[in-house]
Amino acid sequence: MKHSGAVVRLGALKLLIHRFAFTAMVVAAFGLMILGKADAVLAERLRAAITDAVTPALNVLSRPAEVIADVADRVRNLAALHAENEKLREENRRLLHWQTVARRLEDENRLLRRQTHAVSDAAARYVTARVVADTGGAFVRSVLVSAGAAEGVRKGQAVLAGEALVGRVAEVGRRSARVLLLTDLNSRIPVATVGARANAILAGDNSDQPTLSYLPLDAVVEPGQRVVTSGHGGAFPPGIPVGVVTAVGNGGPRVQPFANRHRLSMVTIADYGLDALAVSAESTGQAGEGP
Amino acid sequence: MKPGPLQRLDALVRHLVPLASTLGLMLLTIAPNRIPGAAAVMPMLGWMAVFYWAVFRPDLLRSWMAFLAGVLSDALAGLPMGVSALALLILHGVASSQRRFFLGNTFVVAWWGFAMLAAGVSLLVAGLAFVVDGRHAPRDTLALQYVLTVLLYPPVAWTLARSQVALLRQR
Repeated sequence: MKHSGAVVRLGALKLLIHRFAFTAMVVAAFGLMILGKADAVLAERLRAAITDAVTPALNVLSRPAEVIADVADRVRNLAALHAENEKLREENRRLLHWQTVARRLEDENRLLRRQTHAVSDAAARYVTARVVADTGGAFVRSVLVSAGAAEGVRKGQAVLAGEALVGRVAEVGRRSARVLLLTDLNSRIPVATVGARANAILAGDNSDQPTLSYLPLDAVVEPGQRVVTSGHGGAFPPGIPVGVVTAVGNGGPRVQPFANRHRLSMVTIADYGLDALAVSAESTGQAGEGP
Repeated sequence: MKPGPLQRLDALVRHLVPLASTLGLMLLTIAPNRIPGAAAVMPMLGWMAVFYWAVFRPDLLRSWMAFLAGVLSDALAGLPMGVSALALLILHGVASSQRRFFLGNTFVVAWWGFAMLAAGVSLLVAGLAFVVDGRHAPRDTLALQYVLTVLLYPPVAWTLARSQVALLRQR
């Protein structure tokens, strides 16, 4: 009888400890949330440290998906070989024409530059990195890449897939970095439409197609127009291809980015030597004001 | 008979299965899969593992492990730190406190329980992400993610049950 009484008491004590631990952890979770607001730098460092630690595992995990996707791609390509070939032949004809035009323009440009003594842009430095995680689910549109401060990646640098803009570096660890995609809620990129040259801010809203906001009142934006970076704010150089205007609805014109989120496997992080400006643009961007 | 060091090591590794499978499924959720549009609606595989182990082996997947898994998830996802930690903690707490009910009933009841809890946890995460960081997501994306999470629970639970039978039969 005495023995069972002790067991009951021990059980009650265990339950009490359990409850206390649970409450303590709930408080800790809220503490973390408040810490993230109060000391963003510390929270970011903590996040980067965790990301750094997990990146090697993610790097391994991302390979099988890539192999499967490659095989699927190859099968699909085999099936569409004939049609693809025709399309490429046609495209080649068109590109050869463009090549001639580009050569002529290049010559002309060189001549004009010489005549006006124009200062040419500084050469960019590139880091190529593997996309190891496609994170965030519905709330955050970002990817993790396997290059960080050790490779020269800095906050605010432009991230490209091929020639097209993917997003910008938002957080940097030692061997990993988080890239905020154009489609993310917090992404604001100064852009301009090609042709009409209307400056705007490309604002992500967690949907697949970001919107053009802060357009001038007299701007004419039509579906099919190309959108490139404007170079305003100094974070990115002008002229990086971003996407195409798809629809002009009442929520503002929407832009389909050239870079597809699901197709990203390698990205190029470009350092245009605009570091100081990039950081200041970054901080105003984070305050949600836009440049 | 006292177990030798090798046997103890063997038991230790086996006892890590719940935590390892939870973290593994969590990483699998964010591994790039190259399926158009999938990244935004990836089902929450980590939630399933936390629910499953909280019901079947809460002695091996403790609440503090669920909490740490949540911190890891927040750090990787770029969500405000603490949001998923709180969500997984509550998921673990409710599931383990109701485990006798789930253990005494059929699989469908556990599935239903998971669906209910996942709905609550989804709303909690959405609410906290908005309040703490002003983050919101399109409603249909969230709904589709929830439906996929519920639909994928049976195969994931089956896989976890197989691993439990194979690796954790002897206590």
